[in-house]
Amino acid sequence: MRILTGNDLKSGSVTWWTGSDWSLHVEDAVDVAGSEDEIARREEASRRVNAPYAIDAEIYEGRPRPSHIKDRIRALGPTVRPDLTLKPTDPDIGTWVI
Amino acid sequence: MYLYDQYDQAMVDARVAEFRDQAQRRLEGKLTEDQFKPLRLMNGLYLQLHAYMLRVAIPYGTLNSRQMHALADIAEKYDRGYGHFTTRQNIQYNWIKLEDAGDILADLAEVEMHAIQTSGNCIRNISSDHFAGAAADELVDPRPYAELLRQWSSFHPEFSYLPRKFKIAVIASDTDRAAMRLHDIGIQIVKNDAGELGAAFYVGGGMGRTPMIAPCIKEFVPLDRLVTYAEACLRVYNRHGRRDNKYKARIKILVHEMGAEEYTRQVDAEFDHMLSQGIEPPFAELERIRTFFEDPLFEEGASAEIDRSDPDFALWVDRNTHAHKADGYVSAVISLKPVGGIPGDATSEQMRLMADLAKDYSFDELRVMHTQNIVLPHVRVADLHALWTALEEAGLGSSNLDTIEDIIACPGLDYCSLANARSIPVAQKISERFAANGKTEALGKLKLKISGCINACGHHHAGHIGILGVDKKGVENYQLLLGGSEAEDVSLAKITGPGFDEAGIVDAVETAADVYLREREDGERFLDTYRRIGMAPFKEALYG
Repeated sequence: MRILTGNDLKSGSVTWWTGSDWSLHVEDAVDVAGSEDEIARREEASRRVNAPYAIDAEIYEGRPRPSHIKDRIRALGPTVRPDLTLKPTDPDIGTWVI
Repeated sequence: MYLYDQYDQAMVDARVAEFRDQAQRRLEGKLTEDQFKPLRLMNGLYLQLHAYMLRVAIPYGTLNSRQMHALADIAEKYDRGYGHFTTRQNIQYNWIKLEDAGDILADLAEVEMHAIQTSGNCIRNISSDHFAGAAADELVDPRPYAELLRQWSSFHPEFSYLPRKFKIAVIASDTDRAAMRLHDIGIQIVKNDAGELGAAFYVGGGMGRTPMIAPCIKEFVPLDRLVTYAEACLRVYNRHGRRDNKYKARIKILVHEMGAEEYTRQVDAEFDHMLSQGIEPPFAELERIRTFFEDPLFEEGASAEIDRSDPDFALWVDRNTHAHKADGYVSAVISLKPVGGIPGDATSEQMRLMADLAKDYSFDELRVMHTQNIVLPHVRVADLHALWTALEEAGLGSSNLDTIEDIIACPGLDYCSLANARSIPVAQKISERFAANGKTEALGKLKLKISGCINACGHHHAGHIGILGVDKKGVENYQLLLGGSEAEDVSLAKITGPGFDEAGIVDAVETAADVYLREREDGERFLDTYRRIGMAPFKEALYG
């Protein structure tokens, strides 16, 4: 599957296209295969996202998970500072990233 | 240290106002990202893996306590309570909001700092010896010359759109503590046979995907022509440097392809032409700058005696202090490499403590090392125990300078959008491994440097042991390199062979260290042994 990501214009936070809005959580992402360019163009024009692009993802335990480790780290936060990630108390998050 | 005059301050204030307006127009949609990107990069604002990242310039790594406090305040107010000191003596903040960027630059301007020219194809922050103005072995303080070059290169209209970024280092000692010959231009202040000071120019060095050691193209340039000669070097590069391929656009490629002899001939011709125009900056300006770098009032007859009865303190003194030009003083290094820590990271609290200690014990001065540690340059020997005690209590008393635990590591894939592999976890695991196995002391001086991609921000080419993270079909993989040096005995490290996974690279480093411990002769560092016995024994141990 293909999922769409970008950064929030004001905060710079990594965001994911949910089909109607942008979420901080990659688990909310939806498949945009075939329509990524159109959505990216429209959303960037309306300043709801900065520099959007599509990446490959797969379903992992029922939720989208980026295929490449770089995108997984981007989705979660730095592996060396779990306190700064989106899931600071999740004991299984290392497995999800690596 | 240098203090802004009305022109410096006016330039920086004007840039703050300009960028605040540009950022506001971006937020309002009046600028697209394509239009805004080059503008934010000119002000050090990147869009990194997780958020905007701001790189702040610390000219030649010199700070006062007020500036360090301001950096701490920015980390706390606008970021997540910490900053990352970089291999170019700068600081980076990883979690910046675009809507705050103008306020941050204004806060920096209040303490005579900025983020100008910390990105883009321009002359970047000038780097220098972190012991400048203090080292017992220096000819003169190199910082006035670095400051002169900073002023010349700031907003230089001719060099704002170079083929590629451009880095200059200035030293004034035969001991190279600034990786001078791995810069686009390395300048060493030297003395000729007549006893006159001048500058030796090394041009065309660099790391990155095509590492090269800069050849000396001019052994002596009179100091009143230093800027003019630098300008001639830049002009020839600007004229002939490739703009069609960013991977071949650095000056090292030009010097290599053109040949150092022909490049030098063209620089000399340009230099002669410029001299005929009479446009050298007035020598009086250098003299004015020099007055800002006069020695502080060192105490005469300060005691050099140390009570070494506490072995932990004695070890810290042995490893983390450097000989000073004034009797009874040393330069003290605060390690930002605790075992298992993130190299170069410091919290706001730690920055404030270092600032306060600089005020109490080091004439209000701090330096950022390119090895991602902090220096208090002028500490009375008599104050060392009090300083160390304060550092120990704050977790900043690691005594590991220049050991295998004093690892340079770039932010890597944990933070950087260019990286292919994580650097920091590898550094953490290596420091933990050697702290646990007790081999650090036996290994002595051993410089280990890790980069998470071929861009080499972690200086892996120059490590006695270097590690390069690569992407192998979506999996992190680490190449091991041996034999590099960024010092006066500069050399480029060579790859040992096939790479390793994350656990394997830690084992491989220990294996290489064991080969050294087995093969070394009296007085040899790791690098010396490698140079004597070559790669073969290491390959045999690593790959069988």
